[in-house]
Amino acid sequence: MKEVFIYDAVRTPRGKGRKDGSLHEVSALALSTTVLNNIRKRNDLDGQIVEDVIWGNVTQIGEQGACLARTAVLASELDEAVPGISINRFCASGLEAVNLAANQIRGGAGNCYIAGGVESMSRVPMSSDGGAVAVDPSFTMNNYFVPQGISADLIATKYGFSRDQADELAVESQKRANIAWNEDRFSGSIVSVKDVNGLTILDRDEYIRPDTDMQKLGALKSAFQDIGQGMPGFDKVALMKYPEIDEINHIHHAGNSSGIVDGAAGILIGDQEFGNARGLKPRAKIRATCKMGTEPTIMLTGPVPATNKILSESGLKIGDIDLFEVNEAFASIVLMFENAFKINHDKVNVNGGSIAMGHPLGATGAMILGTLLDELERQDKTMGLATLCVASGMGAATIIERV
Amino acid sequence: MADFSIKIDPDQIATITWDCPQKPFNILNFEAINLLDSLIDKIIGDENIIGAVITSAKPDFAAGMDLKVLADLKKLNGDNPAQGLFDGFMQMHSIMRKIERAGMDPKTNKGGKPIVTVLPGTALGIGLEIPLCTHRIFAANNKKAKIGLPEIKVGIFPGAGGTTRLVRKLGIFGASQFLLEGKTVDPIKAKSSGLIDEVSDNPMADAKAWILAARDVDIVKPWDQKGYKLPGGAPYSPSGFMTFVGASAMVNGKTMGAYPAAKAMMSAIYEGSLVPFDTALRIEARWFTNIVMNPSSSAMIRSLFISKGALEKGAVRPKEVPDQRVKTVGILGAGMMGAGIALVAAQAGINVVLVDRDQTAADKGKGYSEKYLTDGINRGKISDKIKEETLTRILATNDYTNLSEADLVIEAVFEDAKVKSDVTKAVIEVIPKDCIFASNTSTLPISELANASKYPENYIGIHFFSPVEKMLLVEIIKGKKTEARAVAKALDFVRQIKKTPIVVNDARFFYANRCIIPYLNEGLRMITEGIPPSIIESAAKQLGFPLGPIQLVDETSIELGAKIARATKAAMGASYPNEQIDEILFWMESKGRLGRKAGEGFYNYNEKGKREGFWNGLEKKFPLSTKKIAFIDVQHRLMFIQALEAVRALEEGVLMDIREGDVGAILGWGFAPWSGGPLSWLDILGTPYATERCKVLCETYGPRFKCPPILAELGKNNEAFYDRFSPES
Repeated sequence: MKEVFIYDAVRTPRGKGRKDGSLHEVSALALSTTVLNNIRKRNDLDGQIVEDVIWGNVTQIGEQGACLARTAVLASELDEAVPGISINRFCASGLEAVNLAANQIRGGAGNCYIAGGVESMSRVPMSSDGGAVAVDPSFTMNNYFVPQGISADLIATKYGFSRDQADELAVESQKRANIAWNEDRFSGSIVSVKDVNGLTILDRDEYIRPDTDMQKLGALKSAFQDIGQGMPGFDKVALMKYPEIDEINHIHHAGNSSGIVDGAAGILIGDQEFGNARGLKPRAKIRATCKMGTEPTIMLTGPVPATNKILSESGLKIGDIDLFEVNEAFASIVLMFENAFKINHDKVNVNGGSIAMGHPLGATGAMILGTLLDELERQDKTMGLATLCVASGMGAATIIERV
Repeated sequence: MADFSIKIDPDQIATITWDCPQKPFNILNFEAINLLDSLIDKIIGDENIIGAVITSAKPDFAAGMDLKVLADLKKLNGDNPAQGLFDGFMQMHSIMRKIERAGMDPKTNKGGKPIVTVLPGTALGIGLEIPLCTHRIFAANNKKAKIGLPEIKVGIFPGAGGTTRLVRKLGIFGASQFLLEGKTVDPIKAKSSGLIDEVSDNPMADAKAWILAARDVDIVKPWDQKGYKLPGGAPYSPSGFMTFVGASAMVNGKTMGAYPAAKAMMSAIYEGSLVPFDTALRIEARWFTNIVMNPSSSAMIRSLFISKGALEKGAVRPKEVPDQRVKTVGILGAGMMGAGIALVAAQAGINVVLVDRDQTAADKGKGYSEKYLTDGINRGKISDKIKEETLTRILATNDYTNLSEADLVIEAVFEDAKVKSDVTKAVIEVIPKDCIFASNTSTLPISELANASKYPENYIGIHFFSPVEKMLLVEIIKGKKTEARAVAKALDFVRQIKKTPIVVNDARFFYANRCIIPYLNEGLRMITEGIPPSIIESAAKQLGFPLGPIQLVDETSIELGAKIARATKAAMGASYPNEQIDEILFWMESKGRLGRKAGEGFYNYNEKGKREGFWNGLEKKFPLSTKKIAFIDVQHRLMFIQALEAVRALEEGVLMDIREGDVGAILGWGFAPWSGGPLSWLDILGTPYATERCKVLCETYGPRFKCPPILAELGKNNEAFYDRFSPES
């Protein structure tokens, strides 16, 4: 089968996903076109070259509705012959976009795609698109639906992770992100967000709090204890599914969970033929892709079985992987992953993660894949794996190998 | 005489009066529905009628639907009962919708005739669903009246538009206490919570005045007006989203997923709130059909409505014995049980002589009633006058001679055969010869205790559950020599204190404890096998048990458990089967972890007595097994261990009527109410499958799960308990 390569990866900085966040004034469309235009320009993609734009986007309502991917293509400098499709695999949407594109090329459907995603969480709030998954009693009651925070706390309880362990991981994420920015490690991929006049609105991740320490985190109130133990009492629902657990330990709070932010990211993917024709040099090969479903109440365990699956399908061993990006949706996800594969934290999220820099749902998958590639190059390592936990009990993973 | 009659007054207002012939309450049956339909047609069609009042000639409006209608509807469409039910419910909807629209123009909402309801008293179930489709509900200021939709309590939900209308009227939050908890309220509260519109001393006059003044716009329901929005917000509105997310989680957690009716109702509410009103009614009918077709609802209706009602009305009372209502009851022992019995008897208007060894103890027992009644006043439940009257009925004394007027004596002294025997002998000398003597023992054989009496034919067991004022069941135990008059006396007494009786024959632990004790033991046994206690407890709760077996042991105290275990072992000798349980029970006892009252048991407790997880010493003594047991096995062990005991009780003639086995289990110890009781549960499983499961459980977990012959035989014939043992009537 054809080999598929990453040629370029860009991302916007992440703005705080609130009314006072820098990107709150910027539409999801503008964030998307910023990424698309930069990829076009950096790689000279004039004309009908790109087969499709596959765009991850979770909350597809309001300005993110009606296939934002196609609108973004038309609003960008790409040719109108490039179509555009919005996809939603929740938090892994950005990675799933890449995987879909890679597999399209492998199967012979075109030789160049732009894959990535966008989320303006400040402008289109999470869950504002509703969804039967959380509301329809014929589903929720029989499938023991609980919100993700409860699931993350359930994971911590099941595997015995303490609040201190989670907080330490959060402090480390902040420290690493700060170092990465101070050492300019992201400069190859960050494209600043500008206004109509070319004036810069944001050129740096603004969610990071470098002064975070254990004491500051210790003061934060657990975020899901009230809805778990009080009204409406999600813990009871989760424990019906997990009766072996006596009580849920609510370790997560705003400081050790991913941040709500705005941002977009895109990756240019093509086969060798495409690179040859355009005079572009591939940066890495997409070795393997994978997605799978897992038990939906605990919901966020996906990275572990997805990693097992992708390793077994690609004939690789965990020891073959030099660096990992495991999305820091919640600290317990990363702890669970490292625990399952006995991996040292030195290899995981080397430049910090979503706890420090934020998690713009539809874009994160593409962002961490780009970060992984940047870091493999910086350390001159070969093999990297990116994985994310996914709502409703799913997981996704991608293995890349530098060439 | 028909159930509904119509009269047109000179003011051109028609009055439809509901008056079921030869019944104390109005209940709606199928003929009556059709009659009501034709009367509504007349009101809408007759130019001389300007509006109508629907009311009742009885002190109450209506007690609900005649549940036989459901069985009849199932037969309406040949071999497709679901279609028969659905069509029947849709017909009901169309009649009620006709009342609601009252002939108005579908586009302009003009030209309808005002139709209102006047409730003289109680209005339950369909008795409230009909009013809800009228344009205004007036209630008499009758404090005794109960208004509400209690369907959920018998395993169904309001299926004649009550669910859809109430949610649209009050929003899911406002409606939830009525729909999901089945709460009933008096007229004043019904008005303040939005169930009805007016409470009045002269509701008929007010209703007529309202009709005369009503304009077109006054009779259009909010949901038939443009721009209607669900109070609190629809599921996918910003305000409603979290409410709906929370509602199903809350209901799921509270019911532990054990009640199909709660789930079906939630779906009817959710799906209905996304579509126009008439579509919502159709959806309600589909879910209602679904729940009526669910064997759980038939079983719940049978046990909690039909059988319970029959037992309360004296289904098993010896018919030849004349009225045995109690005038004066003597209670021996003013401890917790005696004090509780004194309270409920006094509340029922019975004179009570409460006797204990010394006056202080007797006074303390009476003090229990005083405190209970004072709390009642503070909560606005009763008046000072009621309290005084009730307390005056209780004579607290240490003098047996005060029992000379008693026609029933209940002995509730220390649970020890010798103590009981001594008290009995002493009291028999001072009470009238024909006075019935009852023991409130929960474990000692009645026939043996009766030996202490000169008149064993007058000796009987009346087993109350704790706390007496809350528990609904009373277990009456016939000793070998107990005669019919004693049984009738006990039953008449139970009827006076408004509880539900079952009558069983004398055998070890009678019926209730005979089943509960194995439930507790099975829980403890599983701990010793290394099954995580939280799984055992959760398995029980997800079966609908109010308490898991381990918590129940803590509540009833490990001391008591160990005491019963020792007594049982002494009585049974070599055939005693519970060594494995004694290991854990006696060990806990030796550790001084005696249960909740001691502040430590299988669970830890904080200073306030709140449970704080399992004691970690447990896992050290009984390490968790590496073998995983299937959750369904844990659940089946807990269910079968009780259900098989019920079957054996039936085989041995301890149970004389399967209805008592089912009703007693639900009311006595909260046996999985959704199942309709242990025998109903075996029927739901299907006796062939139940037999098969016994075999597997017996091979895997021990001979206590051996299939009793009756069940084996029923299983072989694919016959149900309610086929074979269904009582006549």
